[in-house]
Amino acid sequence: MTMIGDRQQLAYIASQAADARVNVELETEGMTLNIGPQHPATHGTLRIIARLDGEQVLWAEPSCGYMHRGYEKLTEVRTFPQVTALVNRIDWLGSFANEVPFILAAEQLMEIEAPPRAQWIRTILFELSRIANVSLFLGDLGVQLGAITPVFFAFRDREYVLNLIEGATGGRFHPNFDRIGGLKDDLPAGWIDETRAVMKKMRKFCDEIENLLFGNEIFESRTRGIGVIPRDVALQYGMSGANLRASGVDWDLRRDQSLPMAWDKVDWKVWTHNDGDSYARCWVRLQETRESTYIVERLLDTMPSGPVMTKVPRIIKVPEGEAWISTENPLGEMGYYVVSKGDLGPFRVKIRSASFNNISIVPWLLKGVYVPDIITILASLYFILGDIDR
Amino acid sequence: MYALLSSIPYWGETLLRLLGGAVAVLLPAGTIVYLFLFKMMSFMQSRLGPMEAGPYGSMQLFAEVGKWLQKEDLLPERADSFVFKIAPLIVLASTFLLVAVVPFGPDAWFTNFEAGVFYALAVSSVSVLGILMAGWSSANKYSLLGGLRAAGQLIAYELPMILAVVGVVIQAGSMNLQNIVVAQNAGSIFGWDGLGNPYLLTQFVGFLIFMIAVQAELTQTPFDMPIAESELVSGYMTEYSGFRFLMFFIGEFATAGVFAFIASVLFLGGWGVPFSWFGWTGINDVDNWMNIGGPLIMLTKMLGLVFIIMWVRFSYPRFREDQLQRFAWKVLIPVSLVNIMATSVLKVAF
Repeated sequence: MTMIGDRQQLAYIASQAADARVNVELETEGMTLNIGPQHPATHGTLRIIARLDGEQVLWAEPSCGYMHRGYEKLTEVRTFPQVTALVNRIDWLGSFANEVPFILAAEQLMEIEAPPRAQWIRTILFELSRIANVSLFLGDLGVQLGAITPVFFAFRDREYVLNLIEGATGGRFHPNFDRIGGLKDDLPAGWIDETRAVMKKMRKFCDEIENLLFGNEIFESRTRGIGVIPRDVALQYGMSGANLRASGVDWDLRRDQSLPMAWDKVDWKVWTHNDGDSYARCWVRLQETRESTYIVERLLDTMPSGPVMTKVPRIIKVPEGEAWISTENPLGEMGYYVVSKGDLGPFRVKIRSASFNNISIVPWLLKGVYVPDIITILASLYFILGDIDR
Repeated sequence: MYALLSSIPYWGETLLRLLGGAVAVLLPAGTIVYLFLFKMMSFMQSRLGPMEAGPYGSMQLFAEVGKWLQKEDLLPERADSFVFKIAPLIVLASTFLLVAVVPFGPDAWFTNFEAGVFYALAVSSVSVLGILMAGWSSANKYSLLGGLRAAGQLIAYELPMILAVVGVVIQAGSMNLQNIVVAQNAGSIFGWDGLGNPYLLTQFVGFLIFMIAVQAELTQTPFDMPIAESELVSGYMTEYSGFRFLMFFIGEFATAGVFAFIASVLFLGGWGVPFSWFGWTGINDVDNWMNIGGPLIMLTKMLGLVFIIMWVRFSYPRFREDQLQRFAWKVLIPVSLVNIMATSVLKVAF
């Protein structure tokens, strides 16, 4: 056993004490940074409360509700056909897709089914709204990462899709075209040929974005390995949509459940990625946009003829009962739990929107990342504020 | 030219220099903003850009300046008012100081400073002070983060820039910018003097490093974290409005122009044409018309270089702060050191 002299021991203690003192002096308080509610990166009014140490996030929490519009309550004082005008505005970029699950739930309660042509057109418009929604994501992704050019390409090419939606439904953003038992109208003349041309344009847009962003080394270094969501964590937090598929879970409601829609009538592929990082989420969305254009083209090829509306009573009263229908919306799983008491309007509607669950992983995901990565992660999770707050 | 200048009294000469400095800073800045920020960016993004003010929107810049002048000069309640107000002036002053050593012709210079390169590099980093002051005095967390990012970034990229220029200085054997221009235009490549010897050819690595460092010094994308509009709102400029914002804005684009001037002097032969074309051998032979032609040649080269800067700016995403530092310290500085070594070995060998 070595003997330590008193002097040595004292010197050691003194040096330790000095170190401790220095550490106490250098220990600084974290800075609390409120990202939002008004901030360019939150595209809406999401507020992220982040405690920072320098540029590193120690703790972060999203605070939502700044845009709460009370749609669940409002549906209780509307009739069934009126509700679609409200739910249009939940995810305002892919608004037609919001109408579909509600109408399907009402139809399920009334035990009717839309005619085949209406199902086909519904599916086509559903996919068009997905393309319109996700193409804006692909452009916005660049802005969040500092590249300002892609977003203008996205706005330019999304315009073609919005024109199609307007041509078919009369509304660019909020079509309100779905009716219980079918659709308001049939497609206008010439619409099908134009859609084929636009789908080619959208595929070109996808290639363009892929060249501009996904092949860029800076983009890769900013997104690869950032915000990794492992498979089991994604499932635990109830994520859905492309965020879940990017974590390696092969789960797509369009394929996995049978609804009176036309997805199972054509061949298409569900894209997944095993990395679970921001890059994977963006990549999956890009592939899905491209796949959607193929879905639309194949549906146009196989579209049946016939009426677009079944026989429904002039005043719609939905029989008593409960129904839960969810579909794979642009942002993820979106569902309506409709309770009817046999009145003109629903007794209660619970809306399960994708972004609210997708954003719940943010506190877990943001721990320990740098401030620029907050923006990358939020952008790659892709939420719409209306879809969070409803 | 000398005869003309000597007949003017000293105060007149000073006034002339001041006016010349203002023109040399503001004219390129305006041209860059209109040509690149308004028009080129719009064409890249499949839109037209400003079209209403003047033919093809050419008067848009005046409209913008008028708008900024009318705006209220906001001062945040808890800001350090003196520092807050003086910060944009310091940023702009660094640009004006920088242009003082740039030669525009055989006699068209503001100061023919012996250690011009040294002075230019020293003065260019004064703007960091202004940015740091702006970030700190705004009493805004985004501004503070932006200011600190800017300080870290500008200091990191100062070094590769200096090291890139050292190669040129070794090859020219002078730190005087005028001498560097003459050395390039009077030089020859293996005895063939049809092009002079622009250092772009021999110092190509140095040129690349210099342009990357300039991109970072100007805080243009992909190095624009200090401003990072999607993260930090507007970085250190968040709280500025009206005329003070205008000063930051002019400072940004005027500095782009002046750095492009310096890059063209160091690597592209500056104001000169290859002397062999007209049978000149030294600076004393150069004809007087070059005092008019020189600035135009400089302007052309400057616009070419700024085009590259802006092209990168409009098409690339942004680095992260730590990636930027790693890039400077682990890639640019070692490469520029190797470049210096190679240059000095070759200089001694030939």
